[in-house]
Amino acid sequence: MKIYIVIAAYNEEKNIANILRSLVNLDYNIVVVDDGSKDRTVDIVKNYPVTLLKHIINRGQGASLVTGTEYAYQKGADIVVHFDADGQHLISEISKIIKPIMDNEVDIVLGSKFLQKNKIPFFKKYFIIKPAIVFNNLFTGIKLTDVHNGFRGLSRKSLDLINIKQDGMAHASEIIAEIKKYKLKYKEVSVTVIYNEFGQGLSGGLKILKDLMFDNIIK
Amino acid sequence: MIILKTIITIFVLLSIFKLIKQRKNNKITLLSFIFWFILWLVIALVFYLPETTSYLAQMVGVGRGVDLALYISIIIIFYLLFKVFVRLNKIDREITKIVREQAIKDEE
Repeated sequence: MKIYIVIAAYNEEKNIANILRSLVNLDYNIVVVDDGSKDRTVDIVKNYPVTLLKHIINRGQGASLVTGTEYAYQKGADIVVHFDADGQHLISEISKIIKPIMDNEVDIVLGSKFLQKNKIPFFKKYFIIKPAIVFNNLFTGIKLTDVHNGFRGLSRKSLDLINIKQDGMAHASEIIAEIKKYKLKYKEVSVTVIYNEFGQGLSGGLKILKDLMFDNIIK
Repeated sequence: MIILKTIITIFVLLSIFKLIKQRKNNKITLLSFIFWFILWLVIALVFYLPETTSYLAQMVGVGRGVDLALYISIIIIFYLLFKVFVRLNKIDREITKIVREQAIKDEE
């Protein structure tokens, strides 16, 4: 089975080496998409035996993941795993994400940080993530325990169907809406999340809302 | 009022002049040329003969002519804003597509 790990990296010179160092020892194809980083990300990635795709200008995380996913699809990937470049996910948990797909149990696996105890900053948890979960469940009609968890696995079948148009962070909601649209079988898997930085704050959340709203208006 | 009139006149004339130039260089379609040309003429007309709008306003039942002009301009502005937004969105997606294709073609 061809398994591709897609990592979208934007100015990740501090974290990317750590991830790639352990990742290259595993039996996965690795695709790093540099989203027009202004730091040394590209130089660092070049030191590792991975595929590097470079966006000449910054297009957003959603756009980068689509680039990597499309590449993997063209190479005949059976499973594509989206993995964050900032070190908030554990490499050891990739096997947990792909197992339900390998077993033909589901088409798509979503990581969830709320199925186990994770240390999440108080403000972020109750003022950003929880309201976002409620909104996402209303918006997509699929009840999930987490929102915008970047750790997910997609089967070839779901790659055939899912079409991500959102360049920015709203792509995560879009994927869920597509699951509903095509009645894909999905499953949430408990994952560890390590918060090293604040990540998306309130303004980031509002931008996602705006992107989703406008997209629905002009459809 | 004279100062305002002069400014508006110069502005309208400049705009029309620019419009004609653009049309001559084939930068805009005939349809949009006509649209903008009429729009500027109407602006000038409304400014010089505000009474014309009162007549129209009474016809559609808004009352004052100035109000009618205001309503129409707001509708036009919103419409244009929307068009610009849709266009921008489309351009954004096209740029991403180009960037993506280039990235996949030049894999390292």
